[in-house]
Amino acid sequence: MNPETDPEITPVEAEAPVFQAVADEKNDGEIEAQMRRMSRRSFLWALAASAGTVGGLKWIGSRRADDGIPWPLRRVLDVNGDIARDLFSTARLAPTFPASKAREPRVNGDIGMGEDFDPASWNLNVSGLHSGEDLRLSLAEIKKLPRVEATTELKCIEGWSVIVTWAGAQLADFMAKYPPATQSGNAPDVQKKPDDLVPYVGAQTPDGAYFVGLDREAALHPQTLLCYEMNGKPLTLAHGAPLRLVTPVKYGIKYLKRLGSLEFTARRPEDYWAQRGYDWYSGH
Amino acid sequence: MKRLEKKHSLAIRWFHWVNFPVLFVMVWSGILIYWANDVYRIGIGSWTLFKFFPPAFYEKFSLAFRLADGMAWHFVFAWIFGINGLLYVLYLLFSGEWRQLFPRRETLREAVQVVLHDLRIRKTPLPRAKFNGAQRIAYTGVILMGFGSLLTGLAIYKPVQTAGILPFLSLSLWGATGYEISRFVHFWLTIGFCGFFLIHVAQVAKAGWNNFRAMITGYEIVPAETESPVESPAATRV
Repeated sequence: MNPETDPEITPVEAEAPVFQAVADEKNDGEIEAQMRRMSRRSFLWALAASAGTVGGLKWIGSRRADDGIPWPLRRVLDVNGDIARDLFSTARLAPTFPASKAREPRVNGDIGMGEDFDPASWNLNVSGLHSGEDLRLSLAEIKKLPRVEATTELKCIEGWSVIVTWAGAQLADFMAKYPPATQSGNAPDVQKKPDDLVPYVGAQTPDGAYFVGLDREAALHPQTLLCYEMNGKPLTLAHGAPLRLVTPVKYGIKYLKRLGSLEFTARRPEDYWAQRGYDWYSGH
Repeated sequence: MKRLEKKHSLAIRWFHWVNFPVLFVMVWSGILIYWANDVYRIGIGSWTLFKFFPPAFYEKFSLAFRLADGMAWHFVFAWIFGINGLLYVLYLLFSGEWRQLFPRRETLREAVQVVLHDLRIRKTPLPRAKFNGAQRIAYTGVILMGFGSLLTGLAIYKPVQTAGILPFLSLSLWGATGYEISRFVHFWLTIGFCGFFLIHVAQVAKAGWNNFRAMITGYEIVPAETESPVESPAATRV
C-alpha cells in the first residue's frame, strides 16, 4: 500500500520521524537560503559603507591645503574655535599653584629671536588704537600699570607642561589705558562694553619673524599679561626680555617672546603656527 | 531544525561600525600628537621594559613630525566619536537593551566561568545567552572607557574652561598636575582600547562565522529547540 496513491491511508506512527526529518531538511534549506539573501544584501551594504568610508577619508586627506592642512579639517577647526569663543568666559581662570612649585621652562623656539637685538633701544609699537595715533612705549611706561603676579601652568602644544610664576601688567589694564578702536566708532569702554572693541589683537617680534593672533576675549582675560618677570627675576633674553606675552588661556605657541608690536584690528591677524597647520584659536 | 534569530538591531550595528573607523582615526591621530612628547613607558625607576613607542614604530607607519596633522584630524573626528557614542548610550537606555549588556549580580561569577572555559580549565559548556558575564563586563567597561576618553580629552583640549566642571583637573598626584594626569589617563585608556580590540577580534574569530555575520545582517542561525535568550519580541522566527 502506498500512501501517495491511496489518500485513504495515513502513514503509520512508526514512519512519522522519517517525514519529519524530510520536512526539517526542507525547512533548514529555506532558512539557509533566507540567510544567504539577507547576508548578500547586508554585505553589499557593508561593502558600500566601507568603500564610502575609505573614499571619504582619502577625499578629506587629499583636499587642497589651507594653511598646511586639508581645507575640510581647517573649516572644522575654525568652527571649533568659534564655538569655543562663544562659550569662553573671562571669569574662568586657569588653575594657579603655589610659587614654590614653579620651575624654569625650557627654551623652546628661537624664531624672531635673532642676535642683532639691543634691549636698551627697545620700544613697544602699538597701533589700532581708538585715538588713531600709533604709540611707541618704553618698558617704564608698561611698568606704570599695576604689577600682577600669577603662578600658572604653561602648556606647550607639544604636550608637555610646566608651572611658572609670571609677573607683569594685565593686557586688559593696558587696553583700558590705551583703548583699542571700536567697531561702532563710539568711545571705547573696555570694562562695560568690551564687545564693541575690535575683535582681535596681533602681536609680533621686532623683526616680524614670529607673530601670533589673539581673540579679544583672550586678550582681556585677567591672567593674560605683558610680562617682564619670570619666577621672581627679570626676564632673560632667552625667555623674551624685555617684554613677552603670557596667555594661560592659550597654548605656549601664543606666549610670544620679545614683544615688538601690538595691533588691535578688525581682521583676524596672521599667526605663525596657524599658517603651518595648527589651530588659529589654540585656546584653553 | 534551524531558525533565524534576531541578534543585533540595526541601530546597534550602525553605532558599532561607525565607531570602528572613527576610533581608528582617533587612535592614529592620537599617536601623531603623542609623538611630540612621547614620555610614557612601562618600567620601574631607570629600568624600562617598553617605551611608547620605539622609533622604528613611528618610522614604519610614518607617524613622526605630524603633530599639526594629528591635532586637526583628532579635533574633527572627536565630534563623530562623541556624538556616535552618546547616541549609542541613549539608544541602549531607551530601548531597554542595556538589560542584556550591563553587569548583573551574577555577572562576576559568570565571567569567572567564561574565563575558566576559555582557558580550557572548565570543560562543561557555558549557558547560552546573548552576552555572557565576561562580555557584559568587557562591553560595559569599554563604554566607560569611551566616556573616560571623552572627559580626559575634553580636559586636555580646554583645561581652563572645564576646570570648574571636571574636578580631576584640580588634582595633584606625585608632582603631576591635573592636566598632566588627564593626559596620562587619556593615553592609557587608548592603550586599553587597543587591548580591547585585540581580544575582541580574537574572540570573534573564535566564535565563528555565524556570530560575526550577525553583526552585519542582524540575524544568527540557531537550532530551533533552543530558547531565545533575548526577551524581545523581535527574537521570533523569521
